[in-house]
Formats: sequence, structure tokens, C-alpha cells
Amino acid sequence: MKYLTAVPGLFAASMALADQPVLTVLTYDSFVSDWGPGPAVEAEFEAECGCDLKFVGAGDGAAMLARLKMEGERSEADIVLGLDTNLTAEAKATGLLAPHGVTADLTVPVAWADDTFLPFDWGWFAFVGLAGKEYPTDFKALAASDLKVVIQDPRSSTPGLGLLMWVKAAYGAEAAQVWADLADNIVTVTPGWSEAYGLFLEGEADLVLSYTTSPAYHLIAEEDAGKVALPFDEGHYLQVEVAGKLAGTDQPELANKFLAFMTSPAFQSVIPTTNWMYPATAVELPKGFETLIQPAKSLLMTADEAQAAREGALEEWRAALSR
Amino acid sequence: MLELERVLVVYPDYRLRATLKVPTGAHVAVVGPSGAGKSTFLAAIAGFETSEGRVLWDRQDLSGTRPGARPFSMLFQDNNLFPHLTAFENVALGISPSLRLTAAEKARVEAALARVGLTGFEARKPAQLSGGQQGRVAIARVLVQGRALILLDEPFAALGPALRAEMLELVRSTARESGATVLLVTHDLAEAARMPLMILVANGAAEPPADSAALLANPPEALKGWMG
Amino acid sequence: MARRAVALTPDWTGWLAAALAAAGFLAPMGAVLWQAGQLWPTASDWSALRFTLCQAVISTVLSIALAVPVARALARRAFPGRGLLVTLLGAPFLLPVLVAVLGLLAVFGRSGVLNEVLRLSGLPTVSIYGLQGVVLAHVFFNLPLATRIILQGWQAIPAERFRVAEGLGFGPWAMARHLEWPMLRQVVPGAALLIFSLCLTSFAVALILGGGPKATTLELAIYQAFRFDFAPGRAAVLAVMQLALVGAAGLLALRFAGDVTGAAARGRVVQRWDLGTWGWDALLIGAAAVFLLAPLVAVVLKGAPEVVELPAAVWKAAGVSISVALAATVLTMALTTAIGLLAFRVPKLELVVLPGIALSPLVLGTGLFLLLYPVIAPDRVALAVTVMANTLAALPFALRLVLPHLRQAVADHGALAESLGIGPRVWLGRVLWPQVRRPFRFAAGLTAALSMGDLGVIALFADPDRATLPLQVMRLMGSYRTDDAAGAALVLLILSLGIFWIIDRGGRDA
Repeated sequence: MKYLTAVPGLFAASMALADQPVLTVLTYDSFVSDWGPGPAVEAEFEAECGCDLKFVGAGDGAAMLARLKMEGERSEADIVLGLDTNLTAEAKATGLLAPHGVTADLTVPVAWADDTFLPFDWGWFAFVGLAGKEYPTDFKALAASDLKVVIQDPRSSTPGLGLLMWVKAAYGAEAAQVWADLADNIVTVTPGWSEAYGLFLEGEADLVLSYTTSPAYHLIAEEDAGKVALPFDEGHYLQVEVAGKLAGTDQPELANKFLAFMTSPAFQSVIPTTNWMYPATAVELPKGFETLIQPAKSLLMTADEAQAAREGALEEWRAALSR
Repeated sequence: MLELERVLVVYPDYRLRATLKVPTGAHVAVVGPSGAGKSTFLAAIAGFETSEGRVLWDRQDLSGTRPGARPFSMLFQDNNLFPHLTAFENVALGISPSLRLTAAEKARVEAALARVGLTGFEARKPAQLSGGQQGRVAIARVLVQGRALILLDEPFAALGPALRAEMLELVRSTARESGATVLLVTHDLAEAARMPLMILVANGAAEPPADSAALLANPPEALKGWMG
Repeated sequence: MARRAVALTPDWTGWLAAALAAAGFLAPMGAVLWQAGQLWPTASDWSALRFTLCQAVISTVLSIALAVPVARALARRAFPGRGLLVTLLGAPFLLPVLVAVLGLLAVFGRSGVLNEVLRLSGLPTVSIYGLQGVVLAHVFFNLPLATRIILQGWQAIPAERFRVAEGLGFGPWAMARHLEWPMLRQVVPGAALLIFSLCLTSFAVALILGGGPKATTLELAIYQAFRFDFAPGRAAVLAVMQLALVGAAGLLALRFAGDVTGAAARGRVVQRWDLGTWGWDALLIGAAAVFLLAPLVAVVLKGAPEVVELPAAVWKAAGVSISVALAATVLTMALTTAIGLLAFRVPKLELVVLPGIALSPLVLGTGLFLLLYPVIAPDRVALAVTVMANTLAALPFALRLVLPHLRQAVADHGALAESLGIGPRVWLGRVLWPQVRRPFRFAAGLTAALSMGDLGVIALFADPDRATLPLQVMRLMGSYRTDDAAGAALVLLILSLGIFWIIDRGGRDA
């Protein structure tokens, strides 16, 4: 019976304190979950801003862009946080965003010149497997092996789209053939990162598309050194996660403050062990990160290149895997 | 002759014993207070109830024989007919469950339907027949089965008293023709009174058949209560 | 006076409830259509339609083909624990898809029990992904439902008919031909169409086990249309195709279906004399039990060690889910009652709620979002919307379960009640309630269990502070915490089955 007391809560709104300005940040769900950066970031920022920081979780990264389009100009959000560079061109095209105006000393491994979106973390995509085995060192060797991999759907997840761009950036016109060769290695295509990684941990596949930083989670949180990321000779595609300010914000000052805060150590130092990505500015990395592979070469299409390549690459992918 | 020797049916909350003989060709009503075990008694003879003791027909022990192999035809309150089969097919089941009949067997089915007054109704399904007509189809099946023992468990319950009496008379007249023995479970005293013999089931036992008129003239305690 | 007894509630409450239910489907659908631009299916839409139909047909045929012999074995055999087994075999249908998939993977996955055994025996392994995986999962979910419905059909054959058959000396063939086949012909079409409809809209299964672009169902295509690009036009086209498909199947089901309650399927075994030895029946019952219960056992074994140390957020989410389930149940049963009490006088009124089977939860969620967004921040009403979506999805089932009994009760006793001048209180409490109590509580239990496990629209509306348990499981998985997710999945399993059991049990007592 005691749970019945929760029923009134069903219809109650999460009210903000009336006399404080509210900054609304639209982000992906795992950012705001109890295990993500959300709670720590909220506490840190509220301690210095005299405001109420309110996160709105909108599914995952892929759902955010849709959400932004759905809300349009009526959006109550002041900040959108968690898009990646494969989506920023399209986000920018909505005309809903304003320049960020922040200058920060970024440690993203590519030159950053976007005035609308500001990175808050980044990572290299990589296939992750169990330690102690010989693994292929490029896509062609992977395709030739009988290793089983689980990947994400580029139509519904940002890592899935990242992999699509990785293959495209590395192989260009040859990408379709690479996908055709990979087809028999792919156990299944999941809608998002969580399902794929879960399947890998269940032993459903030898490898999963994830990040070079994934082994750090197991090492630091579980004291398990048994997972490794595979270095690939083609180089590794980057995921750069960014935030931007909405033009229609009713809290432009606070929004600017938040974006500046985002590149400060208070925010950045939370990232490695909550989002399990590299921070976007120079903060000290937790012990364990030094064990991770450091790809010699980083691949990244610009936002416009990614936007232009997406549809064709998707069709190649679909055709290769539909056979 | 039907003989029951120390037959005992055991239920958690009651038991029924019977040691009695029913002469061949006799028409017997099985009477008693409701809940006393009249239907159980019939089911024990048919083999639907497992029982101790022996059931014999013409000196042949039927105990352990499955109901389908015992020499009886039985009619229940309802559900005597299969709704998806025609009247003809329902009767034909009495000859062959596979419904593959020779010309002679088909003629027998036709004759039985004619005997119960249903010529011309062969192709109808039970739902297209009245309650009385459904009863007649069931009787026609008993007819083609030609068994020496006919067990009736409150049959034609859905029919009015007059129609029910007519049906019973039809069963009895066909039984007289074939010399079959008839056992009728009924809760209707007037119906029971028309049968020459009665078996009283009460107080956990089935009594041997007694003359109906004599029994009704001087009813024992159990029957008195039932006669109200 | 008398008229008042049968017409227990004023008509307008029923009409209002029916109108609410109809608006609940139509408004969100309209909102999505409103956004639509392109309105003709593309080649990939048609191929999604083909795959959807193909997997649904195979899943349905297999579910029924397996359910018939299993139900037959269960109907014929009495053994200790039979009632418990029949109840347990119903469990997969109540299982949250997320939990079920975890269990299926543990048994049939690449490193699952089955493949380990095959590998050890030197046999080729089997894959759970792609069409076969989708079909396997659908059979897992729907075999119990089919078995229930068909078992009920078997038990509805009058006991006298078996005696008549035995008296006529029927062998197994005659038994099958004259007793069992006619029953199956009545029961199977309804069961098959119901399962077909469920397989058409099933989403999460194809999402995880589909295996790639060739296994794209309509619902999955709708999901993709709402991602990245936010193409409501395409989603609307797909949703209309799906609605048409399920609507057609649903109408057929309504026409053919007998009483698909399954609620009374625990009845006693009819005594029969045509039974041979146990052989086949034991094998069938054993195989069905292993197939349906092994994944459950796997979920329990995996989750049990984690349950003690689950983070507090999981228990909080459990509380939220229970509240959502109870609220959805109360709302569903209130609407069922209001519509039901009107529907026995207004034929076909229940058609109003039928779209609930057919409407894509994603379209429903997105439509509601588009409608509500201008008025109120969606996360403020996340749980209310979840309750509403669950209610709309459960309503067709609840009404379908309760209405035949309500109609029967009124047909049997309505005239008597009128002639006796029985007042509404006695009519409801002493006449109607005792007769509909079992299906009513069964329907309520079903609603609660399905609401408990539903991930559905909550993901669109997510409020960081009030996550439901299925959402929390997804969040744990999204934060590398697979072990905690397994523990939380077990909690979800226990809650879903538990809430069903508690609510339904009251209907079986006395």
C-alpha cells in the first residue's frame, strides 16, 4: 500500500523554486541518469549560478535532433547538449541555434572552428573485445576473420552513424565493398549503443562497436582489465559531442554562463568517469586512462561533409546488409 | 440379467454400495433423493465411475472393461448429439464412428429415423431441430446400436412433461420390441411410477428392484421425504 | 425501477468513456498526420510491410501448431501441480519484452545454454538473430496465449459428450474427428488472428533480435522515421499501413473469435477413456515447460545475485512503475466498466477501442507530444501520458475479456432482475459482480502486468526524476552497468508476475 502514496506524484509537476531563474538543458537520457554526469554537473553549476539547472532527457543522441525539430521555435530549452558532429549541420540548418561566443583551450584532436557548437567531450570509436587474443588491425582483416561483431543501426544511433562515417572516411568509394565483406561478421544490428554493448557482455559477440575509452570503465569501476579496444591502422573516427545555445532562449546570460562552465574543470573533470569519454579541455585524467590505446591517426569529416555523405553511405550500408 | 455384486463407489464425502439383480427385459426406474447417487449408480454400471466389486451381464464380468466395450446404450440430460453432424450422421455413429457405412447399414439408419418419425429430416443439424426432434434422433441412435441394456440418465430434461413422457414411451416401446433392459434415472415421481420396477437409491446404498406400485403404496422413509 | 436496475449507469457515462477512448487514438494519429508531407509508401516501406506480414504469419502458424498438441496433452492429463504449471506457462505473455529477450538470449543466444550444448556435442550452432530470432521470440510470447485459449476450448467440450463418444466406442481418430476437430475449428481462427495482430505491431523484439536492415518491421521503420530526421510524414504513412493491416486482422478476429478469455483455463480435467500411455503427452508438456520456463529461470539466476546491491534509484523506479501500473489499471477498468455497461445495449460499441491493438505506441507517443507540447512541458506529464498510453493499449483486451461475461450475465438474469424490481446496488453487487469477477480481475491483472513492463512512450517524455523501471533498466545498460541491469530486470519480472498474480488471484477465490 505504501506505494500508493506515490500516485499524487504522477500528476505533479517538477516545480522549480519560484524566485530562481531556470536554465533548461535538453540532453540525452544517459547524461541525466543517476550514473551519468548530470547530477554532479547540476550540483556544481547550481552552486555558482544562483539558478535552477533543469535537465530534460530526450532518449538518446539520435532522438535529440528529432526532439529539437519537433519542439521548433516553441522550445523551452535554452541549451541543447549531446549532439555529435555528424548531426550538427542538420541541427544548424533548423536555424534554431545561436553562436556560443566562448573561447576555450580545447584538447579535441582536430582543429575546432565551429561558432555554433562547442565540444564538451570526445572519444575515438573502436571495436572492443576481450583481452588476451590476437585481433585484426584493420577493417579488411576484420572482414576476412570469422570474428563476430555487433554494431548499431546508423539510422537510429550515433555510434552506428559514426561507424558508417568511419568506413566512408577510411575507404571512400571502396566503402560499399567493405560493408559487403563485413556482412557475414555482423551478428546483429541493434538500435542503440546500450543493446549492443549488453549483447557483447553477454557473450553474444566477440567484438562490439564502442569507444577506445570503454575498457577504462571496466578497469576503474569494476577492477577488470579484461577488455581491450582494437587499434586500427586506418585511423579511428572521432565522436565529438557538442552543446549549443538556442536562439530563442529566455535566459541568454545563464546559457552563456553554462557554456563557459561546460569548458571549466568543474564540468570537465566529471566527464571521464561518468560519460567515459575524454574531456574537451586539459584536465587531469583519472588513473587507468593511461592504459588506453592512443590511435596515431584521427578521422573526422566536417559537419558539412558528414551531412553530404550520410544518405549515400546509408544506402550502401543498407544494400550490403540486406543481401 | 444384470448383476451387481458388492459394488462400492467411494468419494471423499460419500460412498455408494449396491448388491442387486435386474432381470433381462425389465424396465426399472432409479429413484431417490437428489444427491443420493442415482447418476453415480448408473455410471458405475456403465463403467464411467471406477468402483470395487463386480458388475456382470449375462454372467460375464464387466469389471475392468472400459465403457466403450460394455453392452449398453446411454442417453444423458443433454449433449447427446454432435452439433456439427447431421441427424443421419448422428444416428450412423451408432453403427460406425468412422461414418463409413454399407448400403445395408445406411438403410438401417433410414429405418431407425423413420421409426422415430423423422423421415425427411436426415440432412438437418441439431441446431435446426426442435428439442423433441433432437430427442428422437438420440433414440434412433439407441435403436441402431441394438444394445441389450439401455441406460437413461434423466434424459430429455429440457423437454416439457408431456413431450418427455412421449419420448420415454418411444424408448420403451422400441426396447420391448428388442427385449432390451431399461434403467431410467429420474427425479419425476409420475415418470417413475409408469415403470413397473423401482430401484431406490438412498442412504449410501442402492436397493434391489421392487414392484413400483407396492413401493409407492407403502413408501420407506427415504422415499417419503423425496415424495414430499 | 426495473429499467434502472439493468441500466446501471446513465448512458452518458458510457458514451463519454467511449468518446474519450476514441479521442485517445484519433487525436495523436491526427497530430502526426498533420505533420505529414509525403503520403505515398516508398519501396522500403513496402518491403517493411512484406517482412512484417511474413514474420507474423510464420509466428502465428508456429504458435498455433505447437499450442494445439500442448493444450491437448494438458487437457487430457491430470497430474499433481498441473494447475500451477498451467499458471506458470502463462507467464511469458505477461513478461516485459526487455526481460524476456534477456532470458531468451541466455538460453538461445550465441553463448547461451543451447548452443553450448550443441558445441559440446559437436553439432552446428543456431542463431537467434534475424527472422528466426523474431519468430522464436514471438512463439515464446504467444505460445502460452494460444495454449490457454485452446486449452479452454478443450475444457469447454461438455463432459457428457466424451461419455457419449465412449459409449459409442470411439477410437482416437473418431475422437479427433467428432470432438476435437470441430472445437478447434471454432477456437483456432480467433486465437490465430489475435496472435497475428500482436505479432504485427510487436516492436522491441524485432528491434533487438531483428539482426539488420532486412528484418525491418513497420513498427521498426516508424521508429527509424522518428530518429535523426524526424520524418513524421513517413511515420504517418507507415502507421496508416499498420493500422489498416491490424484493423483488418482485428475485425476478422472479432468476427471469428469465440470467447478468448483464457481466464477459465484452470478447470478440471475431463475424465476420458481413450488415453493411451503417457509417452507423447509427457514429452509435449515437458518440452513446452522447458521452452517457456528456461528463459525465466535464466533471468532469475542472472539477476538474483545482483538484487541485494541494487542502487536506490532502481527501487525508486520500481515504486514509480507500480504507481503507473495501478493508475493504468484503475483507469482501464473504469473505462471498461463504463463502456461495458453501455455496450451490452449498443452492439459493436467495443469497436471503438479496437485501434488500441493496432496503433503504434510510437505514433501515439509522438502524437501526444505534438499535441501537448504547446500547452505543457512534456516531462511534467510524462507519467500521466504513460498511464494514458498503457490504458489505450490495454482497453481492447480488457473489454474483450469482460464484455462477453457481462452480456451473458445480463442475458441470463436481466429479465429476472427487472421482474423482481431489484435495485441497482443488489443488481451490481449480488448479480453482476459475482459473474464477471473472474474475467474482470483477470483483465485488471493483465493490464497491470503489461503496464508494468511497458517501455513505450515514457522514453519520449522522460522526466529525469521519475523514471519507470523498464526505463531504468535501459539507463543501467546505457551506463555500462549490465549486472545491475540484470538485477533490475529480475525485479521487473517479479513485479510484473506478482502484480498479475495478486490481482487475478482474488478472482479465483471462492
